[in-house]
Amino acid sequence: MAVDSTDGTLFPPDSGAGPELIQLLTPEGERVEHPDYSIDLSDDEYLGLYRDLVLVRRFDAEATALQRQGELGLWASLLGQEAAQIGSGRALSPNDYVFPTYREHGVAWCRGVDPLNLLGMFRGVNHGGWDPRENNFQLYTIVIGAQTLHGVGYAMGVQRDGSDGAVVTYFGDGASSQGDVNEAFTFAAVFNAPVVFFCQNNQWAISEPTERQMKVPLYRRAAGFGFPGVRVDGNDVLACLAVTRAALARARRGEGPMLIEAFTYRMGAHTTSDDPTRYRSNAELEEWRLKDPIERLKSYLHKQGIGTPEFFAALEAESEELGKRVRNGVRTMPDPDPVSMFAHVYADSHTLVDRERAEFEAYHASFVDAGEDGH
Amino acid sequence: MAPAESTGTSRQMSMVQALNTGLRKSLESDPKVLIMGEDIGKLGGVFRVTDGLQKDFGEDRVVDTPLAESGIVGTAIGLALAGYRPVVEIQFDGFVFPAYDQIVTQLAKMHARSLGYVKLPIVIRIPFGGGIGAVEHHSESPEAYFAHTAGLRVVSCSNPVDAYWMIQQAIASDDPVIFLEPKRRYWTKAEVDTAATPDPLYGSRVVRPGGACTVVAYGPMVATCLEAAAAAAEEGRELEVIDLRSLSPLDFDAVEKSVKRTGHLVVVHEAPSFLGIGAEVAATITERCFYHLEAPVLRVGGYHTPYPPSRVEEDYLPDLDRVLDAVDRSLAW
Ligand SMILES: Cc1ncc(C[n+]2csc(CCOP(=O)(O)OP(=O)(O)O)c2C)c(N)n1
Ligand SMILES: [Mg+2]
Repeated sequence: MAVDSTDGTLFPPDSGAGPELIQLLTPEGERVEHPDYSIDLSDDEYLGLYRDLVLVRRFDAEATALQRQGELGLWASLLGQEAAQIGSGRALSPNDYVFPTYREHGVAWCRGVDPLNLLGMFRGVNHGGWDPRENNFQLYTIVIGAQTLHGVGYAMGVQRDGSDGAVVTYFGDGASSQGDVNEAFTFAAVFNAPVVFFCQNNQWAISEPTERQMKVPLYRRAAGFGFPGVRVDGNDVLACLAVTRAALARARRGEGPMLIEAFTYRMGAHTTSDDPTRYRSNAELEEWRLKDPIERLKSYLHKQGIGTPEFFAALEAESEELGKRVRNGVRTMPDPDPVSMFAHVYADSHTLVDRERAEFEAYHASFVDAGEDGH
Repeated sequence: MAPAESTGTSRQMSMVQALNTGLRKSLESDPKVLIMGEDIGKLGGVFRVTDGLQKDFGEDRVVDTPLAESGIVGTAIGLALAGYRPVVEIQFDGFVFPAYDQIVTQLAKMHARSLGYVKLPIVIRIPFGGGIGAVEHHSESPEAYFAHTAGLRVVSCSNPVDAYWMIQQAIASDDPVIFLEPKRRYWTKAEVDTAATPDPLYGSRVVRPGGACTVVAYGPMVATCLEAAAAAAEEGRELEVIDLRSLSPLDFDAVEKSVKRTGHLVVVHEAPSFLGIGAEVAATITERCFYHLEAPVLRVGGYHTPYPPSRVEEDYLPDLDRVLDAVDRSLAW
């Protein structure tokens, strides 16, 4: 082949350390100021964020362990992405609506979704199963990028209702290649939809690094569609909170969509089925470990003397309690009745489904009648 | 196919290894062959079907693509127009749909639209079917959508030997081929003789002869039907199991021949029965064998429901019992 199709310098190696990175808390736990984004939190608010981070990490670790024990079929860990999710999640108001991928456990936490609800689909007892309207948190979407269009459409509805809600739709660096996501950008732009595109650039789409998906830093794509894009330190919960708040406020003021690229890192495997040792180096992992989102807030709290020993002890106990609740909850989560697969296929009855359900029931009843050796 | 002899050209392979070896053969024998898909390079694909191929053939020929299925198939069409023979990997059955438009409106029709000037020798490999305890969109059987589209050929291998040969034959085909790999049989092993003479790609095969009832299946259900046949044999009933192998074209002649002897036909697939491959087999065989049939053609398939959560998938998937139940009902008609 005459032309090398795999030129290694896809865009200048992007460490995320450029001046565009919005940061309010350094990896060392120093508060820094930013000209456009600021945040002023009470001690309790700092501790609240810390609590969220610690608890979702605990929940996540518990789920990973449960998968190893065979209690879950699969788990997609959020390890390393806690700040991006808690920061953006805590920026939301009750009226706002979230369109998540399959990894937004921290956002779900902020919305008040019971963690056990998230585990049903990973255990294999349902495909989601919660009422999205209860917490304004849509079902997880596995098909990459599809939910971004739903988010834009929902925002178009909000716009017509004239309500004060806005929408945040989450997606990954890999998803940014999908047609759906680019169509979502277009629709959001031309209709000036009150939607925030929150992309967690965790550097990997399974085994493919960001260089496989883009030639310019991700946040810059927004400009081409006609709305602002920013890059925030995704391991800095304060910056994620401040930037998402600002983007939501903008959307509420009728100023249209905004893209937030949260520059972060997927510390775990893509899912429990994945083996990242095949495609990425330990050195990279170690480098990111130094930027841990929880450690940096912890060191800030310590330096500022925020949080009593009782607070940290109580959090430890709460974390244990959560772990226990999740373990027990999963282990006692019943398998669905097989016949339930015929439920909710349609809103109204459907003769084919009804007939197949009846045949299914008759067939299974024949086993009971025939006893052990009937077939 | 002649049984593999214990020669130097024969070795034990899983279906994954057989596909990998077949792909390797095609890459070696035709410099125009290239493979594209998500995570197929360093990772070797989520099922490791392309393991080691990028290392040996380079990143120009084994291409990790951006995460966009429409993009993958659309650019594969362009590459084919430029003289290449792209082999596309779709990571899971449920993720082919972003590419569905390119497949149905472009890939399937371009040969006809160009009055035959343009050929699009593209293979789209799709791991399909359930039974591996996966989350949603990872267990689907979309074959009818493709078989319903003129211009696409659709095949499915059920064992490592076929996997090895059929992938090479599909790549050599000048028509687009949807190549369905039964993911739950990926780890099944068999002796593969790489020097044997393969059966034609578009023919079916009698995988177990018998006179009592014809049982037709393909892909993942062939093994299930063979188990059922073994169980039936213990009760003195010999089932004739036919592996269709190709769904478009569909080898009705072989099924007709068998049914004219047995008088009974059961068609088995994981995909929903409603408007599935089984419905087509039933209709055509009824037309051709009306006076030979001693019972209506019966279908065993998935239900008209979304593929269920994995904890109940065993209740959705046709199994030995459901196949034998259908055979019993046919024979008792
Ligand atoms: C349409 C579609 N194609 C392929 C997949 C398989 N798949 C699941 S996750 C994933 C990578 C996603 O990467 P990214 O968008 O960066 O999100 P992350 O997993 O890193 O959070 C792929 C290819 C899918 N779920 N949907
Ligand atoms: Mg990613």
